[in-house]
Amino acid sequence: MSNYREIASQGLWKNNPGLVQLLGLCPLLAVTATITNALGLGVATLLVLMGSNILVSLVRDYVPKEIRIPVFVMIIAALVTCVQLLINAYAYNLYISLGIFLPLIVTNCVIIGRAEAFASRNSLAHSAFDGLMMGLGFTAVLVVLGASRELLGQGTLFDGADLLLGEWASILTIHVWQIDTPFLLAMLPPGAFIGMGLLIALKNVIDSRIKARQPKVESVGVTRARITKVS
Amino acid sequence: MSLNDNPMIKNGLLLALFALCCTGLVALVNALTQDTIALQEQKQLTETLTQVIPNELHDNVLFEQCILVHSPELLGSKNALPAYLAYKNQQAVAIAIEAIAPDGYNGEIKLIIGIDNDGQVLGVRTLSHQETPGLGDKIELRKSDWVTHFSGQLFKDNTDLWKVKKDGGQFDQFTGATITPRAYVKAISKALTFVEQHRQDLYKSHVTCEGNHE
Repeated sequence: MSNYREIASQGLWKNNPGLVQLLGLCPLLAVTATITNALGLGVATLLVLMGSNILVSLVRDYVPKEIRIPVFVMIIAALVTCVQLLINAYAYNLYISLGIFLPLIVTNCVIIGRAEAFASRNSLAHSAFDGLMMGLGFTAVLVVLGASRELLGQGTLFDGADLLLGEWASILTIHVWQIDTPFLLAMLPPGAFIGMGLLIALKNVIDSRIKARQPKVESVGVTRARITKVS
Repeated sequence: MSLNDNPMIKNGLLLALFALCCTGLVALVNALTQDTIALQEQKQLTETLTQVIPNELHDNVLFEQCILVHSPELLGSKNALPAYLAYKNQQAVAIAIEAIAPDGYNGEIKLIIGIDNDGQVLGVRTLSHQETPGLGDKIELRKSDWVTHFSGQLFKDNTDLWKVKKDGGQFDQFTGATITPRAYVKAISKALTFVEQHRQDLYKSHVTCEGNHE
């Protein structure tokens, strides 16, 4: 139980692939101009990450150390191709708007990183859960970045949600305010870098706040602090 | 000494086995999604074509009457581009032609234009582009209704007006971006010139795009 909790907190916060491991920056910065794109790529990455973690964990006892990397690469490449084909077939518009970044999931270091660092050493259930949590953590960063860039850049939220979820979703688009000339900096890659930096800074501020608050709690719960470290 | 060889062979075989499994998986998914993907692409094409040649004008299936046209000079591409013929009662009534504006702000802009026999523009849509988000991307119908202003415009005898206002023409450039609309209008004007010059040849040509011909 505490093990799963630890995996979750690692993926979502402590070791967040976007904010802490800083892996997969290329898609992170390139597709986060709108929430819709961010969400689409996030979910696709999540699917690949879970799938590759599950498969790698399944075969981990049969793959000798020497050839594990090529095997992992093959598994990931196959999975990405499958996800790409499925999105092409069932979410054609999203496929168009994600463009090259869909096949580029294969180069996202998060995936091989988790395969090597976690899935190849842990049980199936733990690996699947780790994939899910890392994927969620990555998606969360994508979405937050996408939301702030879209809001600043064009004053909307969920613009083009119908591309991701079908016609009905066009009602999700929220026009927060009217912008005549869009704030270009937010829309272009430099804005993504700045936004990313601010997000990392925000996370560090929150972390240090939590740390600063901890001594007060410590007198009550020293044991609790130790438990998290042991597991 | 054979101990040295063994892991090599074993690993090699294992790798081959994994390669086989992975390829098999991809092949399976490909086989399963192939038809849906083709259908999606066709649906997308039909949707676009309906926007540039209204359904009530013709009674044939547009994407089945697809010809390949080649004109680097006027259509902006070294490669042959598809065009679609619209018929009503066996008479050719309009043509939808793809063209490329090679001089967009950020590379090529691909568009499609529907023109009837009188040289009247039925509709223009952007197929793909990499223009600056928020500035040049107003050529997308999703972002702005700018492209709808071409519908109903006559090209014949009016060729001088097929420019943006800044250049003395009749079409608005949009705020902050002149290069994109200029390239766009120029591409339309050239494609229209091409159709005016070759209309009869185009109507006479045989269906040349792959598949779909019944």
